Amino acid sequence: MTLRDMDDPAVPSRDGMIARGLGRSYGDVSMNPSLTLVGTGRNRILSFDEKTGQLTAQGGLSMAEILEVFVPRGWFPPVTPGTKFVTLAGLVAVDAHGKNHHIHGSFGDCVSWFDLQCADHVVRRCSRTENTSLFNATLGGCGLTGNILTVSLALLAVPSAFIVQRTLPAPDLDAAIEIFETHQQATYSVAWIDCLATGAARGRSLVLLGEHAGAADLSGTNAGNPFYFQKRKAKRMPFDAPSWALNRYTIRAFNHLYYRAGSTGPEQRIVDYDTYFYPLDAIHDWNRLYGRQGFAQYQCAFPLAASRDGLIALLDEISAAGLGSFLAVLKRFGPGAHERPLSFPIEGYTLALDFALSPGALTLMTALDEIVCRYGGRLYLAKDSRMTQATFEAGYPDGLATFRALRDTSGAAGTFQSLMSKRLSL
Amino acid sequence: MNPSDSPVLVLGARSDIAREITKILAGRGHPVMLAARNAENLSADVSDIAVRHGVAVTGHEFDVLDIGSHARFLEDLPSSPAIIVCAIGLLGDQEADAGDATATRRIVDTNYLAPCLFLEIAAARMSLTGTKASIVAISSVAGDRGRAKNYVYGSAKAGFTAYLSGLRQKYAASQLHIMTVKPGFVRTSMTEGMDLPGPLTCDADVFAAKVVKAMDRGSLVYCDLRWRVVMGIITHLPEKIFMRLKF
Repeated sequence: MTLRDMDDPAVPSRDGMIARGLGRSYGDVSMNPSLTLVGTGRNRILSFDEKTGQLTAQGGLSMAEILEVFVPRGWFPPVTPGTKFVTLAGLVAVDAHGKNHHIHGSFGDCVSWFDLQCADHVVRRCSRTENTSLFNATLGGCGLTGNILTVSLALLAVPSAFIVQRTLPAPDLDAAIEIFETHQQATYSVAWIDCLATGAARGRSLVLLGEHAGAADLSGTNAGNPFYFQKRKAKRMPFDAPSWALNRYTIRAFNHLYYRAGSTGPEQRIVDYDTYFYPLDAIHDWNRLYGRQGFAQYQCAFPLAASRDGLIALLDEISAAGLGSFLAVLKRFGPGAHERPLSFPIEGYTLALDFALSPGALTLMTALDEIVCRYGGRLYLAKDSRMTQATFEAGYPDGLATFRALRDTSGAAGTFQSLMSKRLSL
Repeated sequence: MNPSDSPVLVLGARSDIAREITKILAGRGHPVMLAARNAENLSADVSDIAVRHGVAVTGHEFDVLDIGSHARFLEDLPSSPAIIVCAIGLLGDQEADAGDATATRRIVDTNYLAPCLFLEIAAARMSLTGTKASIVAISSVAGDRGRAKNYVYGSAKAGFTAYLSGLRQKYAASQLHIMTVKPGFVRTSMTEGMDLPGPLTCDADVFAAKVVKAMDRGSLVYCDLRWRVVMGIITHLPEKIFMRLKF
């Protein structure tokens, strides 16, 4: 792969180019073998308003840096995904969502404006009032409308660096959905789901609710120093696990123990933001757990009315195949942003799974695609590496024509291309 | 360690290593003066360090090749630096430069002549204050032995390393600490596109942290342990063998 610093004046190759941030998308969304521009060096903070929390920075600034610089001053990213090793531009490009989507929407909802370098080399300021169609298409547009140079967003004022976490066990899928629906007012909500449990326990989950902890919630030294906690040194996964390490038996055993620990432990805990939002970041190279073959992520979303039936069909298919997903996450989305053609979230439920790669897993995911399409669902581009163009078109029927037309008229179609854009004819 | 209110001057502030060293020093509370050509383009770096670390940061126009301006430049700074980080360097293009008088002169001037003349003036001034001061100057392992791949650059860096060694001896009795930094391969815009050997290559932030640590403990020449081993072997190879090697 030819890599080039984004500040280099790029001469587009015949196969176009694509920008790449910290590379945490699981698929081919930020890869172009001819020319991939690495934007991580463009990480300067351009301005910060201590009164309003308005932050303007180059697109390569990472969430980890934002947390490090601004949490001690009482500010927090208004929307954050499950890893902090992401850049602002990357968050815009996939219109990332977090555990508060049902209340705060996706990342695009907290972005005030961004500067986009388009195919004609002109840098355009895009916002809700300026270059609106570019603004909307770029949020979730996977870098295919231009290079995202600068992003401005308002950070959220928080009383501490801690989260009050409540763990609510749900013995089956209906109970989990019930908890999500009755706790719509909780700021953060997400569930770990056991996708190998069958029968009466099908879809059993641990729903984790979260609120920013106030001074009154904290005790001991934390109360006097609410923005400080001892950062844990990240551990490393130093080798690839053998490919047989994760199988239906070990995963089933793990899930059993994890569910039991969660449902018998204390309901309420105070945890630092790293523990709550970024548990996997604590183990660098955690992906090596899946062995040398690696893994594929599978994240789908169903419309609300079809969610329950769709999820049940998925869970049945997965447990019938016996291919457990070690990390499975369920979340209730709030209303989606229909004006953004490729933004993933739609009102309903989303399920994120990962499978150690094997021929069986690929077959299973193709079967899951059919279920997702049957129930009117869609897959998340940021995590996909394998869906067919037909699956994609079925999932994004409304926005796709708009997006393709915008790419054609702006010249972006010839300039910005990735392995994904070619695979899906974006 | 230098007191944390002592002003830092960074020459070649756009260099990736310089930027990372600056971040660490600003994080300790040092006020920072960034100097480079086209200083108006430094505004993003100025705001970045100011917001991240809450220290006073200024940007200054500085062209090391404009030798006549050196003394004036130092006088015009908002405060006299107690730490100077010199990260000026130009790798050039060996194939095109060798035999080209203008190009070779430019590389020799940028890596050797001009920074030496600047540091001569700066060292004299810093040693007079009688307080603790440091010069951290970035040379290169390329100066340890000339290689076919980069001997125009390498020979200029060899001169720079020797000059720094002499300067250090001259001021040995003063409070001025002069440290020569000899990086091996560091992932920066200078080495971009090169096929670098993974185990011998490090990232700019990791390298910068080691440089600052070395400065704190008063090291005189800093070179990463692995590179000391590699260069120890390379510099001791008999010329007859070395000339036949292809690397």
